[in-house]
Amino acid sequence: MTNIDRSAADKPLALRLLSMVSPAQTGLAPFIAAIMLLAVILLTIFSPQIATHDPLAMDPLMRLKPPSEAHLLGTDGYGRDLFSRMILGGRISLLIGICAAVVALGLGVLIGLVAGYFRLADAIIMRAMDALMAMPSILIAIGLVALNGPSIGSVIMAITIPEVPRVVRLVRSVVLTAREEPYVEAAMALGSSTPKILFQHLLPNTMAPMIVQGTYIIASAILTEALLSFLGAGISTEIPTWGNIMAEGRQYFRINPGIILWPGLLLTICVLSINLIGDAARDALDPRMKKRQA
Amino acid sequence: MELRARDLSHEPVIVQIEDLVVETAGKTRFPVLKGVSLNIRRGETVCLVGESGSGKSVTSLATMGLLPKDALVVRSGTIRLKGENLLALSPSAMKDRRARDLAMIFQEPMTALNPVMKVGAQITEVLDLHSRMGTAEKRARVIDIMEQVHLPDVQRIYDSYPHQLSGGQRQRIMIAMALILEPALLIADEPTTALDVTTQKQILSLIAELQEKHGTAVLFITHDMGVVAEIADRVCVMRHGEILESGPIREVLEQPKHVYTRALLGSVPSLVPREARDDASGASVIAARNLGKTYHTGSFLGKKSQVRASFGVNFDLSPGRTLGIVGESGSGKTTVARSIMRLIEPTEGQILLDGDDIAHLSPSAMKPKRKKLQVVFQDPFRSLNPRWTIARSMTEGPLNYGMSRADALAEAKRLLKIVSLPEDALGRYPHQFSGGQRQRIAIARAVMLKPDVLVADEAVSALDVSVQAQVLDLLAELQRQTGIAIIFITHDLRVAAQICDEVLVMKRGEVVEQGPASRVLHQPQHDYTRALIDAAPGRFWDFAAGKPLVA
Amino acid sequence: MLSYIFKRVLSVVPVLFLVSVFVFLMLRLTPGDPAAILAGDNATPETLQRIRDAMGLNEPLLTQYVKWIAGILRGDFGTSLISGVEVLDLVAKRVGPSISLAVLTIIIAVLVAIPMGVIAAWKHRSWVDYLVMSFSVLGFSVPVFLVGYVLLLVFSVKLGWLPPQGFKPLSAGIAPFLERAILPALTLASIYIALIARMTRAAMLDVLNEDYIRTARAKGVGERRILFVHALKNAAVPIATIVGAGFALLISGVVVTETIFNIPGIGRLTVDAVLARDYPVIQALILLTASVYVAINLLIDLSYSLFDPRIRY
Repeated sequence: MTNIDRSAADKPLALRLLSMVSPAQTGLAPFIAAIMLLAVILLTIFSPQIATHDPLAMDPLMRLKPPSEAHLLGTDGYGRDLFSRMILGGRISLLIGICAAVVALGLGVLIGLVAGYFRLADAIIMRAMDALMAMPSILIAIGLVALNGPSIGSVIMAITIPEVPRVVRLVRSVVLTAREEPYVEAAMALGSSTPKILFQHLLPNTMAPMIVQGTYIIASAILTEALLSFLGAGISTEIPTWGNIMAEGRQYFRINPGIILWPGLLLTICVLSINLIGDAARDALDPRMKKRQA
Repeated sequence: MELRARDLSHEPVIVQIEDLVVETAGKTRFPVLKGVSLNIRRGETVCLVGESGSGKSVTSLATMGLLPKDALVVRSGTIRLKGENLLALSPSAMKDRRARDLAMIFQEPMTALNPVMKVGAQITEVLDLHSRMGTAEKRARVIDIMEQVHLPDVQRIYDSYPHQLSGGQRQRIMIAMALILEPALLIADEPTTALDVTTQKQILSLIAELQEKHGTAVLFITHDMGVVAEIADRVCVMRHGEILESGPIREVLEQPKHVYTRALLGSVPSLVPREARDDASGASVIAARNLGKTYHTGSFLGKKSQVRASFGVNFDLSPGRTLGIVGESGSGKTTVARSIMRLIEPTEGQILLDGDDIAHLSPSAMKPKRKKLQVVFQDPFRSLNPRWTIARSMTEGPLNYGMSRADALAEAKRLLKIVSLPEDALGRYPHQFSGGQRQRIAIARAVMLKPDVLVADEAVSALDVSVQAQVLDLLAELQRQTGIAIIFITHDLRVAAQICDEVLVMKRGEVVEQGPASRVLHQPQHDYTRALIDAAPGRFWDFAAGKPLVA
Repeated sequence: MLSYIFKRVLSVVPVLFLVSVFVFLMLRLTPGDPAAILAGDNATPETLQRIRDAMGLNEPLLTQYVKWIAGILRGDFGTSLISGVEVLDLVAKRVGPSISLAVLTIIIAVLVAIPMGVIAAWKHRSWVDYLVMSFSVLGFSVPVFLVGYVLLLVFSVKLGWLPPQGFKPLSAGIAPFLERAILPALTLASIYIALIARMTRAAMLDVLNEDYIRTARAKGVGERRILFVHALKNAAVPIATIVGAGFALLISGVVVTETIFNIPGIGRLTVDAVLARDYPVIQALILLTASVYVAINLLIDLSYSLFDPRIRY
């Protein structure tokens, strides 16, 4: 029995990812999630074509209107069309999520490889990561945005930095396990150099967990961006993002709760889909990696 | 010691399995057991013997009603215990039978006990569940059974946690737990496989002793023909979910009917050591001088302690010969292997490769030497990078030393032929091969660099006995062709006897005896070597010849 | 045992030191004049000078750090740039509501999440399992503030069962406290429940596959005893770990929840300080929460030996 399990985990990455696409293997949830996510992405990409109004055009006469034929989801406090703003807002949110994931993974993998392979560097790096983990991420993020100003770049940086230690820990643990594998020792015996062992034998081991972790980071980055904007420490309020739209809705919550609820719903669908796909990827890539890295 | 030949025909039949069919659950039903029938009488030991995947463990789990629910289901057949069909019982009735009427012990004593419960409480739990005794009475009963399994210092062990006990002690606890209610049937699933031979011997005789005392019927599952010869009254040989042959132990060992049984018996290496080959050259290609490795532990506040994993290892090995390093777990044999390979740096002594000391060379100074020194590991499932094709794995070494890719591939093709794998194996991944095939690929990869010395660290221990024989033959053939020197690390005296010219016996980091295999294994001087040989199961029997060994 | 505790406590020092360095450098390494950043766009030269003096920004970095950390070790976190009040007093006044909210949240979360996880693992791949898992994924995916607003909308605005906002301390009576604290606590607990339930389920599934569970079954132990006696105690270490690690989540949740429900706690203080760029207050809050996080995780670490006899010091 154990041999069967092991050979499933031994298959090359591409083969294991393929098994994720087959609904017979994983159930319907990831499938539906993928379709929902695709819909959200298409909606935001083609938002200029789909939008019924100019998302920035104010109309003092049409403030805080409920949904109607002219305004699918009603209007906000400046009379702007909520639907048009919402689908445009997704663009920035998704962009921030993807950028944060790429940067966090890049930094994390590099630092994690070094920490996992070189004992001396390990102690120092891991203490620094412990320190970063100890600081509540939202506090670092709002602190950084408050200091650096509300640009997209500083928001991405603020979201990325707290994610890095988790990636580092994950990569390090993968490297620590993998370097004990006989095939790595065999490679040493075969005269392979340290960089070759690091990048050709150990790095590929981190790919599967990184794909999974990457999806989780995208999801959590989208949430954090919304949170930052909601607290008034996000991207400049002139740019509609899901967080900004909802933040503006706070003061009108009793009059028109839709300003918070609709973008919130779309955001939840988007993040939920990404999380479900992450879970499916995890199950397909590594049956042993059951626990979510928290 | 000889084969069991007890007449038990007057005893009642305790267990009767008839035409048991087990299939995988789900839409695609795949048969795992194809109609297994056997019966066991009171006081009788029936051995189910077979290689991995033969269905012997599934038979035992089905009898206990412990098949993994969502994976395997019983399709048809009956399992009768004292006349009652267990398969017809409700889950709660079956739960009630367990431990009371039938009990089981497992392969891994290290993981089979709950780590957060004291062992006394774990045995007592059986009484809690199945009896209405008072606290004092329960404790007396538990102490009694713990004494029956010959645990030392019973009062202390009663209050110990599993991690405070040795593997052998834990297996005794398991046996105590299984037998406390004197069940009619004991199922033992490879109960000694994870133990050292000396402990194995004690556990086997303990099971036999308690069986005698309580008249227990024992279903013993094993892959080891030596163990079978020690304890079986009757044997059932299994393969692919079928019983191919069954009968009294002497009948099966002396006149095996089925061709598979004959092959299986023929693969069991003989304990009679081979004659050492002539040492023609006399020049040593690799040698150790007082080699040792000490680990220092402890941090800046804690007490410093040191563990001498191995020390005082000396040997000379010339081309074309094989040195065996033999010992039980914790003997330091693997530390020696890793030191020689320079996967770790020894703390004492010298390693002479072609006369040059490599014990403390830096990684870059070591690189040109590595070529001459290759290794094959124990676990065939982990010794090849699962993400690399066979071609990439096999050419890794030669490319490191500047061979052209085309030449390396040509050499890989040639070697694959020698290890009897098809040429198209080059483009495939490790998961597409069986354990034995992977081990042959690992050997081929090791000899790609034309090394002078090959270190084989328990290289056949994870393989079934028939595959083991093929791999040992392959090593011998390679040695004959290339004159490579082999250092063979093993815990298995049979394997050592079959292939080693010289043997070095280790115990707790120390070499207790060394010399030609024919002398060390035939006329051991040291008590420990003698104990090891004594403990080798089935040592009185020549399996290939089908007759007792005459000393 | 004692020497182990001592060593563990000592190992916290470098972590806290690094935290203090991060916090210190965060402002100083930001491009531009720190005083100008803090003072905002329309600051007068006098304001800039006042900030520079208050924070010692003209001195070399190392001197600044030593002075600053020496002050903190004496309990002097400086004064607020906005109100001029001692930071420590400011924090002390706000700590009560946040702590009572956090404790209530953890109680709710643990009581709900652990049984949820255990049952999901027991009924692995049944509808109960899927329900728990769906709830758990959803808990990760909804922004905390959305949960808060939906609860507010349903229970206060539409149903009118509970007062919408504000806070009454526990000393004012249990009913008035719970009346106002229950919605924020539920809001906060949603993500915490998701996290703990998920980890409990995963840890239980791991343990239920262990050999000793099979041994227990072979002894005839019943399902309930297997779950709650044999398995749960073995799964306790990862569950305790996640409760500690989840504390970080709790802090960001507190910031949001207090803003929505208008609770005068640490979270509100944080948001106000950030919006006003009151850096001494921000520094103090990050340092304090990080210390609490480290302390909680230290305690949880030390508690492992209660669950698992193999961990002895």
